[in-house]
Amino acid sequence: MSKRVLEILKSKFGDDIYETHSQFGDDTAVVNPQRWREIARFLRDDPQCAMNMFVDLTAVDYLGRQTPRFEVVLHVHSLERSHRIRLKARIGDDDANGVEIDSVVSVWKGANWFERECFDMFGVNFKGHPDLRRILMYPEFVGYPLRKDYPADKTQPLVELRNVPDKLPPFSTDEGMPFGRQTHDYPRGEETN
Amino acid sequence: MGEMTTGGGTTIQVLEGSETGFATTKFDALLNWARKYSLFQYPFITACCAMEFMAMASPRFDMARFGAEAPRFSPRQSDLLWVVGTISQRQAPALKRIYEQMADPKYVFAFGTCASCGGFYDNYTTLAGIDKVVPVDVYVPGCPPRPEAVIDGLLLLQDKIARGDRTPAIVKPRRDPTVQAGNLVRLGKKSTAT
Ligand code: SF4
Repeated sequence: MSKRVLEILKSKFGDDIYETHSQFGDDTAVVNPQRWREIARFLRDDPQCAMNMFVDLTAVDYLGRQTPRFEVVLHVHSLERSHRIRLKARIGDDDANGVEIDSVVSVWKGANWFERECFDMFGVNFKGHPDLRRILMYPEFVGYPLRKDYPADKTQPLVELRNVPDKLPPFSTDEGMPFGRQTHDYPRGEETN
Repeated sequence: MGEMTTGGGTTIQVLEGSETGFATTKFDALLNWARKYSLFQYPFITACCAMEFMAMASPRFDMARFGAEAPRFSPRQSDLLWVVGTISQRQAPALKRIYEQMADPKYVFAFGTCASCGGFYDNYTTLAGIDKVVPVDVYVPGCPPRPEAVIDGLLLLQDKIARGDRTPAIVKPRRDPTVQAGNLVRLGKKSTAT
């Protein structure tokens, strides 16, 4: 549908469009992170593209699979022309240095909370964001939980937890974290129907 | 002269005089009897279990039968804290504070697997069971528990109150009638001649 948009982008930005592909009706362009906001603004303002609706913004952590490590993914849609496009930008090295990219809040207001979530979960620093704070986790939280190097079972309780030694079966004191991970050798007691 | 037995096994004797009747019992038993039938609940409802809570609170299952129908949206006026749904680490301080604001005697009801043990949430953000923050009186497992299980839990709580017992209790799964009837109806499977 929107292969034309990819053509327009390629002709306008040339080498800053690193890669494009169209699969399953989705058109994707991997772009130079330095020109992220510029490309976003072009997409919104160019009458051929007219991407006036912000859809989604998130990130992916490809730790150990590709460098740069993070991929910021943006989806936008044109209500006028009824086409959509996916933009990607790759940022950050394996030690998570330089995980920053321009904010697109000045282009689409709707990106505000998405960028906050992305910052909260992946620690992507959006330059020029008006209010870059955590949105889902609490301010005391240390680290970025959706990064691949964050231990999945690490919680950071805000209050001191009680010790519950007399937990009744079928629950156990070691519930929660190890519970879901031990499904293979989970001891099945006698069947209770 | 009549006799009335409360759940705790204490006998209340109703003696009838010529003009007026009177009853004798232990003061504690009377108090517990009164408490048991006037559970003012504070619903702390956070997740999908709320749907089942709504069913519970609606006329079909009729919690009012057990004297527990009046929700109080101030913890200071309530004595039964229903924790219905998943509690995240971020909510844990709020839950603890609510519990601390309630006046004694106070009871906590863990509604659903999430409230009881964290359920299938195996991650950085979920509190693995509210008993890590507040002491729990009755656990009702199930995702979500059926209203029958919740009623079982409520009766269990009333029984515990009558006995003055504060150790945690759990609602055991009921025997599922469809298992016995398995030979009659097997959904999705051809019946095997056994
Ligand atoms: S126990 Fe199940 S239904 Fe209840 S809150 Fe947890 S996930 Fe939702």
